[in-house]
Amino acid sequence: MTVNEICERIEASVICGDASKNFDGVYVGDLLSRAMSHVEGGNIWVTIMSNVNVVAVATLTEPAAVVLAEEVDLQEDALKSAMENGITLLSSPLSAYEICVRLHNAVSEGE
Amino acid sequence: MPDTLKFHFDIDGSDFSSAGAASVMVKKKLRQLAYDPEIIRKVSIAMYEGEINMVIHANGGTADVEVSDEEIVIILSDKGPGIPNVELAMQAGYSTAHDNIRNLGFGAGMGFPNMKKYTDYLNVDTVVGEGTTITMKVKL
Ligand SMILES: Nc1ncnc2c1ncn2[C@@H]1O[C@H](COP(=O)(O)OP(=O)(O)OP(=O)(O)O)[C@@H](O)[C@H]1O
Ligand SMILES: [Mg+2]
Repeated sequence: MTVNEICERIEASVICGDASKNFDGVYVGDLLSRAMSHVEGGNIWVTIMSNVNVVAVATLTEPAAVVLAEEVDLQEDALKSAMENGITLLSSPLSAYEICVRLHNAVSEGE
Repeated sequence: MPDTLKFHFDIDGSDFSSAGAASVMVKKKLRQLAYDPEIIRKVSIAMYEGEINMVIHANGGTADVEVSDEEIVIILSDKGPGIPNVELAMQAGYSTAHDNIRNLGFGAGMGFPNMKKYTDYLNVDTVVGEGTTITMKVKL
């Protein structure tokens, strides 16, 4: 399933990057050292952190997309860094919980 | 390929926004050299944690990475406050990070556990009031 395919489901808009990639698996969490060791390549990472350090962790762990929950404001240096590093960022007004529920449903239906 | 590849970085301790840049650079180099993705992941995670620690706990330092046929060695050196109790600092969940740092997403106390988990060798050489040098090795 591609990132694009779930955008509508989680009411997300694409802030930057390529959303035509496939994803596999989801990680949710805001503590960077936790995310660092748990976000796997190709995952969707759902978080409410939106600073440049999130982009650094994403650059190293290579999720298919980072979903910023609760429409948190993305800082300008973070956006710049995300674009430079080819990170796909989405923004959704939903809570991290709601996003995960909907991702789960989308994936289950897709099987 | 030359016998040993070396990279050196000065890590700015005043700039949280560039924190992680050296690790990202090393990752890109290793990718270009077509190293195994698992090795790249280990090196990236371990180096990032050490690099960030120098920024948030030690006001910056230097990072040296040496790539040979057998292993990748990462040496992180700072002139920060040192670590009074290394055993305690290594425990999962232990953190002295202040609130302003925690608000950025740091302070889970998982940096050292990650460094240990993703490397084959980890040594912490530290003197309170003088600084800390961390040596990590990932076998190829
Ligand atoms: N280079 C350093 N200089 C001085 N103290 C350090 C250094 N690196 C780590 N420490 C100390 O060791 C503690 C544990 O480090 P660790 O990386 O495991 O957790 P953290 O940095 O507090 O949080 P996290 O890495 O999960 O964001 C730190 O809180 C700090 O007190
Ligand atoms: Mg740390």
